[in-house]
Amino acid sequence: MSGIVSRVTGSKGSGSGSGASSRGNSGTWPTDVVVIGATSAIAEQCTRLWLEGGASTALLIGRDEARLAAIATDLGVRFPSAAVTTLVADLVSPASIASVVADFAGPGSAGAAAGAGLTVLVAHGSMTEQEVSQASLVEAASVLEVTGVSPSLWIEAAADTMTAGTIAVIGSVAGDRGRKKNYIYGAAKALIEAMAEGLQHRLAGSALRVVLVKPGPTATPMTASMPQKGLAPVEAVAGEIVAGVNAGRAVVYAPLKWMLIMGVVRNIPSPVFNKLDF
Amino acid sequence: MSRQKVSSWGRLSDAEHTVVPITSVEGAGAVLAATAPGIARGMERSYGDAALNPGGTLWDARSLNRFLAFDEETGILRCEPGVLLRDIQQTFSGRGWMLAVTPGTSVVTVAGAIANDVHGKNHATRGTFADHVQSITLVRTDGSVITCGPSLEREWFEATCGGLGLTGLIVEASIRLKRVPGPWLLAENIAYQSLAEFFTLSDESEAEFEHVVSWIDITTDGGRRGILSRANPTPSPHRPLPSNATVLGGVRGGPTVPFVPPFSLVNKATLPALNRAYYRMQRLSLGSSVVHYKPFFYPLDAIQEWNRAYGPRGFFQHQCVLPRSVGAEAVAEILGHVAASGQGSFLGVLKTMGDRSALGMLSYARPGVNLTIDFPNLGNSTLRLLTRLDSVVEQAGGRLYLAKDARMPVSLFQAGYPRWQEFLQYKDPGMSSEMSRRLLGS
Repeated sequence: MSGIVSRVTGSKGSGSGSGASSRGNSGTWPTDVVVIGATSAIAEQCTRLWLEGGASTALLIGRDEARLAAIATDLGVRFPSAAVTTLVADLVSPASIASVVADFAGPGSAGAAAGAGLTVLVAHGSMTEQEVSQASLVEAASVLEVTGVSPSLWIEAAADTMTAGTIAVIGSVAGDRGRKKNYIYGAAKALIEAMAEGLQHRLAGSALRVVLVKPGPTATPMTASMPQKGLAPVEAVAGEIVAGVNAGRAVVYAPLKWMLIMGVVRNIPSPVFNKLDF
Repeated sequence: MSRQKVSSWGRLSDAEHTVVPITSVEGAGAVLAATAPGIARGMERSYGDAALNPGGTLWDARSLNRFLAFDEETGILRCEPGVLLRDIQQTFSGRGWMLAVTPGTSVVTVAGAIANDVHGKNHATRGTFADHVQSITLVRTDGSVITCGPSLEREWFEATCGGLGLTGLIVEASIRLKRVPGPWLLAENIAYQSLAEFFTLSDESEAEFEHVVSWIDITTDGGRRGILSRANPTPSPHRPLPSNATVLGGVRGGPTVPFVPPFSLVNKATLPALNRAYYRMQRLSLGSSVVHYKPFFYPLDAIQEWNRAYGPRGFFQHQCVLPRSVGAEAVAEILGHVAASGQGSFLGVLKTMGDRSALGMLSYARPGVNLTIDFPNLGNSTLRLLTRLDSVVEQAGGRLYLAKDARMPVSLFQAGYPRWQEFLQYKDPGMSSEMSRRLLGS
């Protein structure tokens, strides 16, 4: 009936989606979203919110066909008038990345037609426990590649291909300062941060926006084995991310309190920092 | 898995549990077998110990929260157990479908709604949640899988609806939604001054309105005043949906009780004023108006973590259903005990139930009159008062709601739930909660 339908038919790229206007920010509600690493819990919640707020198509890219299908089915029930498609792809190989990005955003693609209405979210990563990746260079290399190099290549390829729209990538507060508890994962996320900053510099003044998202510890299956106290609910984190990405902010801390916390953590002098156990 | 402190809604305890995530239906059997005994947790909205297992395993399947299929012709929704009622209402109300039965909070899972066989303000016309369940799939701790429904493995269905999660882990359910003209209700508030007036008004209302409920002022003496609310679904095509708060406001929620105050904000000093203010506020809105389903069905969902307002010691909720024949006197007697104790409540709910007993072996809903009262936990004096209320319930032939209970004696349980022995045949020996050990012995 009227509610859902009217929200899905906002005019392309105009930012007239009712979700965006009710938030009162200057952001653009996307018409088309492409999500790489779409089976991550944060990505799944973001996709739900984008479709609920007015996006009309979603392309879900990931490694696991069955999990992608389950998410697409859920979204199909929630948003019957949205077009949801899935694509199984190798997320790591540069050749695969180049060809997938060309397909969804290259000349003549639906993504290119969406113009400023296209939002690409790069969300994959691997939270291998520090002890495991610290004990094996092979594991460490895998974390750095899957969590750092691969997402960086995706945003690089998207920036080379797209001419308008938004590229968002999930970094982490763990990338703000290396800590003994998670520095291999953190280093991979720091790599993403420098890539995103560089792209923001390169694309300044263009119609293409790059958003670096830094979630704090979030309650997801990835963190199910950690103590849950202090973990933010994934729905709340996704709400912050979607609002920040729509607004095109350069850096989105989710929840926002992590901006303050990490501001402090980054500025603790090393002699003091190295005596802390956290 | 991780060690975590877990409290239920009443915040009466904060014990360590080993929380074990269940992240796939296929893998559920192996995880259950390896970590039993335990009990499944949902949104922890039961008030007492139904979903607590101090020191032991708590299975958390809340990430299984996907819709699996929806039939726009029949309104049948197939979904995973962790889907929230909130999401069902938000997703389908604009498309002409809503849950046929919903409790007073939408922040519960489908599995939790089944396990407690919840009811709502329309019990008289729509029965309980289980009346709208088509099928349930359970995984047991021995790895077996059971699919049951109203005409399939009927005994398992009757054991599982209202079965407190003790018959197996619910991994999937099909529920039948109800056709509605949209998310709007035409609602009316009417003040009443006595219990007699309440019963007359309620009976009249049940004939013409789908939803009927009343708030009763527990703190006034003598006359039992309150506000009866009644409503029917209504089309309201010219009205815009409330701002798209559902998109981000829904996840960010409304105001939150930000921390646990050092003492209960609901206390002897504040209660008369709170109740008086609420009564006056409601009196101002007497008459009819078109309202969205959220404030009508879920007024307390607007204040996140409202249970914190009762302070660090938590609170009890005493919810009973009493046979109608003795209901009026028994309600008056309970209110008399409460007034004499000087312990009061802000949340008093009085409502008449429909004439059908719920289908579940341990379901709460039955014909009669329902009275719900919250009490801040003041220790022994509160427990003594609750014991006095129990004896009224037992003498009246009533029962207490297991979803709300943290302390009823076994004798009252067995008297109120005569099918408890039949239920034991279907209990999974690897499923155990603080409540099941307290009331069922294992």
